[in-house]
Amino acid sequence: MKVLKTKTPMPEQPVEERIRNFDEVALGYTEEQALIEASRCLQCKDAPCIKGCPVNIDIPGFIRLIKERRYDEAIKKIKETNNLPATTGRVCPQENQCEALCTLKRVGEPVAIGRLERFVADLELKKGIEIPKIEKKYNKNVAVIGSGPAGLTVAGDLAKKGINVSIFEAFHEPGGVLIYGIPEFRLPKRIVRAEIEYVKNLGVNIYTNVVVGRTITIDELLKEYDAVFIGTGAGAPQFLNIPGENLVGIYSANEFLTRVNLMKAYRFPEYDTPIKIGKRVGVIGGGNVAMDAARTAIRLGAEEVHVLYRRTEEEMPARYEEIIHAKEEGVRFNFLVAPVKFIGDENGKVIGIELQRMMLGEPDSSGRRRPIPVPNSNFFFPLDMVIVAIGTIPNPLISMTTPDLAISKHGTIIIDETTGKTSKERVYAGGDIASGAATVINAMGAGKISARSIIKYLLREN
Amino acid sequence: MFEILEKKILAPGVKLIKVKAPLISQKALAGQFVVIRVYDKGERIPLTIADKDEKEGSITIVFQEVGKTTKLLGKLEKGEYILDVVGPLGKPSDIDKYGVVIGVGGGVGIAALFPILKALKSCGNYVISIIGGRSKEYVIFKDEIENIVDEAYITTDDGTLGRKGLVTDVLKELLEGRKIDRIWAVGPTIMMKVVSDVTRPYNVPTIVSLNPIMVDGTGMCGGCRVTVDGKIKFTCVDGPEFDGHLVDFDELLLRLKTYKEEEMLALKTLEESEANRIESFKD
Ligand SMILES: Cc1cc2nc3c(=O)[nH]c(=O)nc-3n(C[C@H](O)[C@H](O)[C@H](O)COP(=O)(O)OP(=O)(O)OC[C@H]3O[C@@H](n4cnc5c(N)ncnc54)[C@H](O)[C@@H]3O)c2cc1C
Ligand SMILES: Cc1cc2nc3c(=O)[nH]c(=O)nc-3n(C[C@H](O)[C@H](O)[C@H](O)COP(=O)(O)OP(=O)(O)OC[C@H]3O[C@@H](n4cnc5c(N)ncnc54)[C@H](O)[C@@H]3O)c2cc1C
Ligand code: SF4
Ligand code: FES
Repeated sequence: MKVLKTKTPMPEQPVEERIRNFDEVALGYTEEQALIEASRCLQCKDAPCIKGCPVNIDIPGFIRLIKERRYDEAIKKIKETNNLPATTGRVCPQENQCEALCTLKRVGEPVAIGRLERFVADLELKKGIEIPKIEKKYNKNVAVIGSGPAGLTVAGDLAKKGINVSIFEAFHEPGGVLIYGIPEFRLPKRIVRAEIEYVKNLGVNIYTNVVVGRTITIDELLKEYDAVFIGTGAGAPQFLNIPGENLVGIYSANEFLTRVNLMKAYRFPEYDTPIKIGKRVGVIGGGNVAMDAARTAIRLGAEEVHVLYRRTEEEMPARYEEIIHAKEEGVRFNFLVAPVKFIGDENGKVIGIELQRMMLGEPDSSGRRRPIPVPNSNFFFPLDMVIVAIGTIPNPLISMTTPDLAISKHGTIIIDETTGKTSKERVYAGGDIASGAATVINAMGAGKISARSIIKYLLREN
Repeated sequence: MFEILEKKILAPGVKLIKVKAPLISQKALAGQFVVIRVYDKGERIPLTIADKDEKEGSITIVFQEVGKTTKLLGKLEKGEYILDVVGPLGKPSDIDKYGVVIGVGGGVGIAALFPILKALKSCGNYVISIIGGRSKEYVIFKDEIENIVDEAYITTDDGTLGRKGLVTDVLKELLEGRKIDRIWAVGPTIMMKVVSDVTRPYNVPTIVSLNPIMVDGTGMCGGCRVTVDGKIKFTCVDGPEFDGHLVDFDELLLRLKTYKEEEMLALKTLEESEANRIESFKD
């Protein structure tokens, strides 16, 4: 049989239209397209793809079920190890994970595993997610702090086992980065809300507006709960610490995206939270967050959006697909430049940035070639809005108020990776708060590990 | 949902509400604030916790109606609910026995100053208050403050109550006359700037409570950043109180104007929607 060398293309909203709305860009496979794509899978015995998946989904297994049109079983298969398939099918960096190891890459493109995952997950959402029967209830109570993918996973797994779970979330809406960070056009909020609804239907209580470390402390929670899981992410924005950074018009990506996604500033004045959008917007950074910020700025009507990155396209940590999307939408890329200082006018508004040219040197610890400054290469780059997307670190609120919790020098909570245990008795942690900013699937995987060891600890079983 | 237990009008456009929030009430300390969202399309805004009643499980908020959100909040009546209230946020005031302490309060800042003075007094300080407003009716919390402090001064711009002039006039005289160990200034940004300038030559530590624009109030956005001693600080987690002699007030004043046009537009749409409602009543 002849194998199709390329992935079945994903239907997408045309560029001219989508840059004017916040609707999802990738529209999802039709059944026909999914069947064609599923038929490309070779059903490899050794299934290298599974090794690339951080939660080891039985990939050939679920693809075979799609091929046989047994979609309900396909989604069940995925859900054996992945709680949020409609989300991960959209945002996982499959190109570095399962698809990177797919046998088909030797002859062409890998199987579009992510798109197939999304296909069956969306089918299930359309039908309404089935709530599993909880066989036995235990008189055990667990507090989960943070409602991002890590917290939701722990809560879901424990609830399915019959353990009572309460989630405490600082924001007024649960979902973590999935709600406040990743934009609607990449991950529609109705998908995230459906996944949260599912967790609630398992009996999990979600308390919003509770900032652990302020409203209540870990030690107080430990008095009322048998165990505590910390999944508070890495949400504190980093700045460049160069002159002029507090000028009006300079945002952290977190502030910009929170205003737009969580607070719906793109619908101001229907919604009350405003956002100022520049004519010439600069986005500093080269990751997913930078791409999301740049594409959001385009949709809000910026005339020019410039990504400013100190290395080259090859070193960009953003997902390949999102770089392509950004380019299609008119985002311009300026490589090998580093910010030196911001320049403002007499009203304290940013009018530009001084950049220095860089060149690539030897690889650094991350394996990417290190940028080194080119002497006397500084130049002025006019901008009237800047979004700083150079990374986030853990919020110190919990570590500050929990003195006996061991913290690394990066501010992350130190855990035993095989159990999720922290240095503090009955306290577990996972996701970005332990790993530093990573991915949705890693946070979910960490949640699974902690859930397993909490169950083992509370129920004395495996 | 957070129930409003009590509501009072303190001055034109200045209202006090007591809100049922037992968890926050248990924890709140002087100097801390909450972030509220009035309804599902609303903005998140920070407001200081002016008082609390742990038994009742309530906190007291005093606010000035300056824009859409504070106006919407002002429309809520006793028995109605605020959608979201989160807190207590920010670091509590650094309360200790300093000796002679002056609290300078302006506008609604007077209410925010009240719990700080109360805490300072119960710690054994000799507490002096200087509070001021445009005219008599804007001097709020007068009795509450006079009841707890050792010496009380009042100024008004028009002389309708206390001394005619500014709070800083009295402050200068006190600084000339005796040794002051510490000063707290809470009020409009410009007032806190002037107080800090006045106390600088006397080298008296001066604590100010900054009020930049915030979103989350928990350290997640950086929108509330200010420059203190040349370094970036997040007001919501590193503050809101800072050493006034090290704060870049001019930068803060400019940042507070970021959304001027949008704030006007929000207010206009609110007024128009009300006008429409009144029109429809007429029909
Ligand atoms: C803009 C953006 C785009 C991204 N794109 C991708 C992508 O395409 N693919 C991908 O795999 N990953 C992506 N990521 C990364 C991914 O979203 C994160 O790795 C993941 O969400 C981490 O999950 P988490 O559960 O550990 O934490 P989070 O999702 O950060 O959730 C933590 C939650 O805890 C709450 N919290 C924090 N402190 C407290 C406290 N003291 N008390 C109570 N609650 C608290 C927070 O409000 C938040 O809701 C992106 C991240 C961003 C910001
Ligand atoms: C830590 C903290 C504590 C605060 N405590 C109180 C309090 O106890 N009582 C109270 O009345 N206000 C307090 N404020 C100020 C209050 O948050 C603002 O007045 C409010 O956000 C205005 O919202 P709005 O939608 O009604 O007005 P907007 O439409 O947002 O603004 C209207 C006008 O108010 C000004 N303004 C906006 N935000 C602020 C701000 N943060 N500070 C000062 N002026 C602002 C604008 O420049 C504009 O002129 C506090 C602010 C902070 C940061
Ligand atoms: S490696 Fe690729 S072709 Fe082989 S089983 Fe996995 S998805 Fe199918
Ligand atoms: S308000 Fe967002 S960091 Fe302070």
